[in-house]
Amino acid sequence: MAAQTLYDKLWEQHLVKQRDDGTALIYIDRHMLHEVTSPQAFEGLRLANRQPWRLDTNLATTDHNVPTTLAERAQGNKGIKDPISLIQVQTLDDNCLEYGIVEFGINDPRQGIVHVVGPEQGATLPGMTVVCGDSHTATHGAFGALAHGIGTSEVEHVLATQCLLTQKMKNMQVRVEGKLGTGVTAKDMVLAIIGQIGTAGGTGHAIEFAGSAIAALSMEGRMTVCNMAIEAGARVGMIAVDDTTIDYIGNRPYSPTGEQWEAAVADWRELVSDADAAFDKVVTLDAAEIEPQVSWGTSPEMVTGISGQVPDPKAASDDTVATSHTRALEYMGLSPNQKITDIHLDKVFIGSCTNSRIEDLREAAAVAKGKKVADNIMLAMVVPGSGLVKRQAEKEGLDKIFIDAGFEWREPGCSMCLAMNADKLGAGEHCASTSNRNFEGRQGYGGRTHLVSPAMAAAAAIAGHFVDVRRLPANDETLAKKA
Amino acid sequence: MRKFTHFQGVVAPLDRANVDTDLIIPKQFLKSIKRTGFGVNLFDELRYLDEGQPGQDCTNRPLNPDFVLNKPRYQNAEVLLARRNFGCGSSREHAPWALEDFGFRVVIAPSFADIFYNNAFKNGLLLVVLDEDTVDRLFKAVEENPGYALDVDLERQRVTTPDGESLSFEVDAFRKHCLLEGLDDIGITLQNEDAIRDFEAEHRAKRPWLFRDSA
Repeated sequence: MAAQTLYDKLWEQHLVKQRDDGTALIYIDRHMLHEVTSPQAFEGLRLANRQPWRLDTNLATTDHNVPTTLAERAQGNKGIKDPISLIQVQTLDDNCLEYGIVEFGINDPRQGIVHVVGPEQGATLPGMTVVCGDSHTATHGAFGALAHGIGTSEVEHVLATQCLLTQKMKNMQVRVEGKLGTGVTAKDMVLAIIGQIGTAGGTGHAIEFAGSAIAALSMEGRMTVCNMAIEAGARVGMIAVDDTTIDYIGNRPYSPTGEQWEAAVADWRELVSDADAAFDKVVTLDAAEIEPQVSWGTSPEMVTGISGQVPDPKAASDDTVATSHTRALEYMGLSPNQKITDIHLDKVFIGSCTNSRIEDLREAAAVAKGKKVADNIMLAMVVPGSGLVKRQAEKEGLDKIFIDAGFEWREPGCSMCLAMNADKLGAGEHCASTSNRNFEGRQGYGGRTHLVSPAMAAAAAIAGHFVDVRRLPANDETLAKKA
Repeated sequence: MRKFTHFQGVVAPLDRANVDTDLIIPKQFLKSIKRTGFGVNLFDELRYLDEGQPGQDCTNRPLNPDFVLNKPRYQNAEVLLARRNFGCGSSREHAPWALEDFGFRVVIAPSFADIFYNNAFKNGLLLVVLDEDTVDRLFKAVEENPGYALDVDLERQRVTTPDGESLSFEVDAFRKHCLLEGLDDIGITLQNEDAIRDFEAEHRAKRPWLFRDSA
């Protein structure tokens, strides 16, 4: 048999039917749902008088619209002040109840951002096909799963048929070799990758992240990298299964147990690309050369190292790029050649499906410990990815570190990553954000987002502007331990 | 789904690369639980000078006179001409819903983001990929000729310019078939119900841990 990539293997294991015209029917093992992209799908199901094909594959949670203050959350759904948001959240609750789908509702301790909840529950397993009406579904690929975002029509299609009609993508490998420097994280790695290959660099491809620097990452770090595959244009990002993967999955509520666990682990060990498998495209980066990253523009590819500066559009490679850079600088209120460390900041957001897991909060807390948020930062907030992440952080005393430093400690949800709830930027405000998109208006009308790692966000909150986290005197062993 | 066969429409040029779905339809409008009514908020942040709210009557909102879709000559545009990587970012199907609801039937660009590409075809919106140089020429032609319209023939996979130039485009056979016939994907898939059940039984036997009820 010809050598196969991880993607080839996962595709083959789920292929129900290959049509002559190139379209294929693929079986879906896990379908995650949230309130924003599902109501029209359930409505479609109802109108066509169809039932979900298989209930136990579906897992739902409310995340995009939920408020994050304790006062609001204490009232459950009633605490959602925006009546339109309330209807949307209530609609998911109603749909899940009607069809018998498991949902972690607003005050369930397991509620959280859908891409944090799935892996945390063991509901994301190696070898699965995982879909969700959300482009950051690639996150689950960190487990050697084939995971990608789908639209609402496809949400309905999966509910009704347990399958997707799709075409096979091309194979792309992004190798990161060597060792990341102290204070340089998975987020910096993925931002550097996007900066190199561009926001359409992976279009039409399934990306497998590989190399010694990827293998050295924790599962949290791997999820951060796969999460942002879509920001490089690829719907799918994935990483081969190894001991780190299997260690993470053991003893989670949805993980297999007993004999099934043994059989599953044996099966999962095969989920690696064959040594001589061919990729359509290969990109290699040297981990040692990656410095902490900061985005300066309105697309995730508009990113540079902390020691860098905002580019001059006159130096752009072509007219389209020059126009984009000019427009981005205008929107962001920045000047050509401005140093990254000279960018004025107003707010700091630590959270999102990219960076709201326990390890992210530990990294940020290590920097914030014993310090105070700078006077010019009007709001610095930490939003854990799930109720269970929040509980774990509180057990470790991270909440106290943040609160003592002047951060707000919030309830779980998507929050200011996309500002569908009340957490948003005002027009013109600059935010150091651990989220994934710096698009115009993404974090609030006229808001200006700078994408960074949790450690860099915390350091920016303390200094009041971007600083090189590698140059801070270490006040905790956490950063040193990562080296 | 509405059928798409052969169509002629006025072209509006959106001269901007990497148009993301947040720009096409900002998040506050995603709170709707309907599939319709997104057209008035298409490109909301570019189109209006104020911040739009869901459910708001947009008739008296201040329009941005510089935005292309607000210019009188593009009022009835049904073909959107765009730059590379159109539709990147979020998977929101509200983006094609908004384009379609506004009145667009076709978007032409040098490249599209994957999820948007998928979503558009499921809503009767035809996406046509033409190379950068051709798109560049079309931008110039649209600017120079008020009322510039293109003829788009899906059956023959051709775009014809007013001066008779014929530009061919690629589209995969399955999507083309569905669009030409206005077919519902779910109906097509359910014709394979037996194949899905057979696959499922085999999948369960091989990997029972993927089925919670077999634990």
